[in-house]
Amino acid sequence: MIDSSLLPLIPLFPLLGAIVSGFYSLSKNNSEEGPNKSLISFISCSAPILSFILSFMFFLGLTDNKERFFSFNAFEWINSGSLNINAEFYLDPLSSMMTLVITFIGSLIHIYSTGYMQKDRGFARYFSYLNLFTFSMLILVLGKNLPIMFLGWEGVGLCSYLLIGFWFTDKEKAIAGNKAFITNRIGDFGLLMGTFMLFWGLQKYTPNSLDFMVIRDNLKYLDPTTITAITMLLFVGCMGKSAQIPLHVWLPDAMSGPTPVSALIHAATMVTAGIYLIVRMNFLYSLAPATLSFILLIGVLTAFFAATVAITQSDIKKVLAYSTVSQLGFMFIAVGSGAYVAASFHLFTHAFFKALLFLGSGSVIHAMSEEQNIWKMGGLFSKMKITGSTFAIGTLAICGIPPFAGFFSKDEILWKLWETGNTVAYAIALITAGITSFYMARLFFLTFWGEKIRHDDLHVVEHVHESPLVMTLPLIILAIGSTVVGFLGIPHSSMFEEWLNPVLMGTSEVAKNIHHENANDSMEYILMGLSVLVALIGIGFAYVLYVKDKSGNMLKKVTGKVLFNISNNKWFFDEVNDKIIIKPLVKTSDYFLFRFVEKNIIDGFVNGVSSVYTAMSYGFRDISSGKVSNYAYFMIIGLIVMFSYAILKP
Amino acid sequence: MIGLQPYLLVSAILFFIGVAGVLTRKNIFIIFMCIELMLNAVNLTFVSFSRFLGHLNGQAIVFLIIAVAAAEAAIGLSIVILMFKNKESLSVDDFNTMKG
Repeated sequence: MIDSSLLPLIPLFPLLGAIVSGFYSLSKNNSEEGPNKSLISFISCSAPILSFILSFMFFLGLTDNKERFFSFNAFEWINSGSLNINAEFYLDPLSSMMTLVITFIGSLIHIYSTGYMQKDRGFARYFSYLNLFTFSMLILVLGKNLPIMFLGWEGVGLCSYLLIGFWFTDKEKAIAGNKAFITNRIGDFGLLMGTFMLFWGLQKYTPNSLDFMVIRDNLKYLDPTTITAITMLLFVGCMGKSAQIPLHVWLPDAMSGPTPVSALIHAATMVTAGIYLIVRMNFLYSLAPATLSFILLIGVLTAFFAATVAITQSDIKKVLAYSTVSQLGFMFIAVGSGAYVAASFHLFTHAFFKALLFLGSGSVIHAMSEEQNIWKMGGLFSKMKITGSTFAIGTLAICGIPPFAGFFSKDEILWKLWETGNTVAYAIALITAGITSFYMARLFFLTFWGEKIRHDDLHVVEHVHESPLVMTLPLIILAIGSTVVGFLGIPHSSMFEEWLNPVLMGTSEVAKNIHHENANDSMEYILMGLSVLVALIGIGFAYVLYVKDKSGNMLKKVTGKVLFNISNNKWFFDEVNDKIIIKPLVKTSDYFLFRFVEKNIIDGFVNGVSSVYTAMSYGFRDISSGKVSNYAYFMIIGLIVMFSYAILKP
Repeated sequence: MIGLQPYLLVSAILFFIGVAGVLTRKNIFIIFMCIELMLNAVNLTFVSFSRFLGHLNGQAIVFLIIAVAAAEAAIGLSIVILMFKNKESLSVDDFNTMKG
């Protein structure tokens, strides 16, 4: 039986790793020989591995723990008036699942990175950030109250910013980092407002008003309008972090970071923080049907939109980025229809196959001498057998072909949609699933299929090689994971659902009340077959358009130029944002705030104060003549006056 | 027997001669000497009162003042030497960098 006082150790290991490699990076910054790579690799890889071992021990401890949670109060953080916040860690089945995903996939990506970043000057700095990210993410999922979680939430945002702009000498990449940070900040504003509202609503009844479990036990004090407002505001935070329309714009640009970072932060873990928050607060969301409908709407829109954009992108990482946005949309669809388990399950399986796909694309980019354009690839399978076959498994998993992991989780979401009677959403989600398998198959065919590499530089073509073992081993492990984890959630006998049941305590009654008008077992199997069929159709279309047809612009002919351009330009989100938000903001800042307020009002006030003093000092200035005898003269006059007063006083 | 008053009168006269010297003279040496004069005027007052009241406190303080004056003379004179090295002048009007 493991003791709960060991809980803080889980995030502590990566923090220590970050500090060590961070200081090491600083001390070796200007030296000629660069950092000692094997030492840094050892330290920074062992940190998440140790955390993983510990998380696994806690996972085992949780299975025979009657209470089904571990909780440990490290110290009192803030105690002020009717607010009391403890640095308290909490591990229940949900956080256990999250810590396992973070530390397991995190460890693999750390190992992979030692190969991927081998030639980089910022080797130690990179690992310092990566460890810091792991630390923040673990704080996020282990925090027992909103402020502690927010600490991790901001920490991962910071690390995301640092790693997107890792090669900050490239201006475009630095700007992408800023974009991610600022967009997230808009979301964080909503999250903070939601937190404040929770405090405002509950402060009269409990000092621990931001503690998740305390909120659950005090729900009766909140009226429905407040709950709707709180859940909406918290969802704004989730939209920012989990890249939902209209705050999704940062995620595709975030791909300018190193590829392992895209795998860990912008696919497997950080972007799922929004889902985690909502599932964590499921008791609150279940009381706000309006918010749930809104989440469903946003989820459907995002899933569909991102899938349509992914069809036409030519950058291998951009395709995967939009696919991540789309899959996150799927998770929100599940949350929006009250299927928290299905959302968590998709989060779980998605972490495996999306990390696999990103790491696979990293391996390809590495082999192609940093080339990311899929139109210059092709025929890579014969030269990169391991990368190719694992990438194929990842593709099949995301397409939803049984028995790979994506099939079980995606089908669960589709089924829940149908079951709760959201037929329109179901139809759109089904079409989206078809589009998903189309663009993923397109990506695979263009990258790996065919006879020859389309790159025009012969040096690059000759240089193509399979990646070293440290990079292929994580691919193989993730491929095995993407194949088997789906079986944890077989419908009707889902171990995953049973595992998460304690988290949904108090919600289950509400969830059961959602009308199950369409529940029907035979229907479930029919729909299962339907979604597999749709996935196969998508793959078939891709085969026809990109393997049978060599020209590669069949899609343009099929869809027509207008639709193709809309998709290729990402539905003009960036342009519209630029026109209606960024440009006016810049103009107001420049013409009104800078040229009028700053120059005239603020500067005028400051200068005015100083000129008032100058004017007032005009008559007295001559007293300071600089002559000692003058000063002595005034002194003596003063003394005489004082003494005369003292003597003559009655 | 001469009373207390003549001693105090002499002391006051000496003191104001010192004050007048500090205020009117430009030579830094003269000013310095005038300050010494003021100090000794005060000493005279202390001694007179000590004698008049039959109490030794006043004389003790006079010894203190003489010691302080000796230290002050040592420091003050070295400052004067440095000032002269700096400006080649002893007139206080030349040392007016504090002018506002």
